[in-house]
Amino acid sequence: MKLKSIIIAAVKSIMKSRMRSLLTALGIIIGVAAVIVMVSIGEGAQRQVEQQIASLGSNLLIIFPGASNSGGVNRGAGSSNHFTLDDVTAIKDQAVYVKAVSPVVRTGAQVIGGVGNWNTQIYGVSPQYLEIRSWVLQTGEFFTDKDVVARTKVCIIGSEVKKNLFPNSDPIGELIRIRSVPFKVIGVLVEKGQSAMGANNDDLILAPSSSVLDRLSGGRHINFIQASAVTLAQIGQAQIELSGIMRAAHRLNAGEDDDFTIRNQADLTEAATATSKVLTLLLGSVAGVSLFVGGIGIMNIMLVSVTERTREIGIRLSIGARASDILVQFLTESIILSLAGGLIGIFLAFGIGLILNNYTSQPAVIQPGIVFISFLFSGAVGVFFGFYPARKAANLNPIDALRYE
Amino acid sequence: MSKVIIETKQLVKSYTIGDMEVRALKGVNLQIQEGEFVAIMGASGSGKSTFMNIIGCLDKPTSGEYLLDGVLTSKLDKNQYAEIRNHKIGFVFQGFNLLSRTTALENVELPLMYDRHRRISDPKQKAVEVLQRVGLGDRMDHVPNQLSGGQQQRVAIARALVNEPSLILADEPTGNLDSHTSIDVFGLFQKLNSEGITIVLVTHERDYANFAKRIVELRDGKIIRDQMIERPLIAEEEMKKLVKLEVEYEA
Repeated sequence: MKLKSIIIAAVKSIMKSRMRSLLTALGIIIGVAAVIVMVSIGEGAQRQVEQQIASLGSNLLIIFPGASNSGGVNRGAGSSNHFTLDDVTAIKDQAVYVKAVSPVVRTGAQVIGGVGNWNTQIYGVSPQYLEIRSWVLQTGEFFTDKDVVARTKVCIIGSEVKKNLFPNSDPIGELIRIRSVPFKVIGVLVEKGQSAMGANNDDLILAPSSSVLDRLSGGRHINFIQASAVTLAQIGQAQIELSGIMRAAHRLNAGEDDDFTIRNQADLTEAATATSKVLTLLLGSVAGVSLFVGGIGIMNIMLVSVTERTREIGIRLSIGARASDILVQFLTESIILSLAGGLIGIFLAFGIGLILNNYTSQPAVIQPGIVFISFLFSGAVGVFFGFYPARKAANLNPIDALRYE
Repeated sequence: MSKVIIETKQLVKSYTIGDMEVRALKGVNLQIQEGEFVAIMGASGSGKSTFMNIIGCLDKPTSGEYLLDGVLTSKLDKNQYAEIRNHKIGFVFQGFNLLSRTTALENVELPLMYDRHRRISDPKQKAVEVLQRVGLGDRMDHVPNQLSGGQQQRVAIARALVNEPSLILADEPTGNLDSHTSIDVFGLFQKLNSEGITIVLVTHERDYANFAKRIVELRDGKIIRDQMIERPLIAEEEMKKLVKLEVEYEA
């Protein structure tokens, strides 16, 4: 028989008992929809976590001063505070896996300007800081390398600072006094919201690191260094590279411990996504079980169908159908039944996804991969669970089948 | 001497039911020529159904030889058996055995769908032709339960004819039909036979066996009589007699 006529015959036979076919396929419909929705919810949760971590910056690496160990007394992380701008320059000049680097000189200060005063954090950074933190300006512009060299007294304020000092006016061009030192506001950052740890990202002022060192914090030590790897995949290489550069810059001998610690965003991301991956897997496999159960439903009905249609099988055999023709016929029916179920299940999943995304806070990200896989899987269920009944049909003896009442 | 279509030599078939061995056929020797119209008669248990199944290639003999159209069938495998059923034999059953909810045309087309050699290039056209030949040209799109018993049996006969078989095997073809329709069906068989088609018919009713040209009687798995009918009944005349009888009775 030609493939086309086989398929037509199978569809006809399925359509002869619509209600039963629908109920049979329902197991697959629910199974496929469940797999897709569950995996998509897991994916959505994972994206949420990733987004939160991505808000820290892009491919972020943070170099903290390490613990100083003087005379056997370990004074804890950050105590060996001797990072300088020279370290930053060394990284900038030598690192190939790093696309951006910035020192961070942090100091708290009372700020006066606009309609009042406000206590906030001042960050002395390089012009590359925005890129590292994947942040953008709402208005105005960022300072440049020239400003760093010239130690210009300009600053960019966070949205929280703007809210408190310039609630109703444009701060660009205004002077604010940070610890009595006047700085000109040249830009406002867009609102970033809370950090993953709950701190307010927007309550800060950015200024050239040289200016902050010179006018506010005093001295030449910077608090930490932030850098951005070229790609997420190269974050490990960048870390090794940075470690080498820092060791050289600090003239550490081979046996000596690092006097700094490097943390990278990938570590953070990994820890956070590992949980949601386990969740996705768990949800997906529970849904997979329902798909399996749906397959058993198909096998059950196909077995009933073979018994009911024993006479039909006898007729077909008597007019010259081979056992393989009968096998193919019943197998085709179960495959079509489960593929149709799979297709309906996919539509159902998209519907549920739409509802979740528009009416709940739980996002579902439906990826083509899982749709494809579950469709394929529904076909495989049809083959797997259809084979036994089809073989049973094919092995019938024509005489007995014809006599069957 | 015309061609031999069916030749059996010492055909034996035995079944084991529990511990008992039942011998349904005990050495049947029979030759049927092309163009014959043979009725195989016998009471139930005579082995006529078993014999029918074997010559229809639905079953294999325990021993002995069966040649269909010159081919020794005992050496063939399952698929070759299916092919013989498809190419050389047309079955007509007592219960019609049409696919329900499937139109007459589709039923008739079905054997052609299983023909791997595609001997007939336009299955639909061919199916239409044979349906017209059995007088159902205007009923092609009807499904079996919209057709009378006689019409259903005509569809079954059309289905048996569609593959241009060497012989038609009919197993109690009128067992479910009233006398009028039965005579009608035998008329059709006689017409087809006059066109050169070999017909082998299994029946237990002598009245109907007499429409054939030759009667073979089986009893307890053996042929007990094999006779040519000098003057077979003619369906048209029998129909007239039947009608006359009914009219007379009512009067």
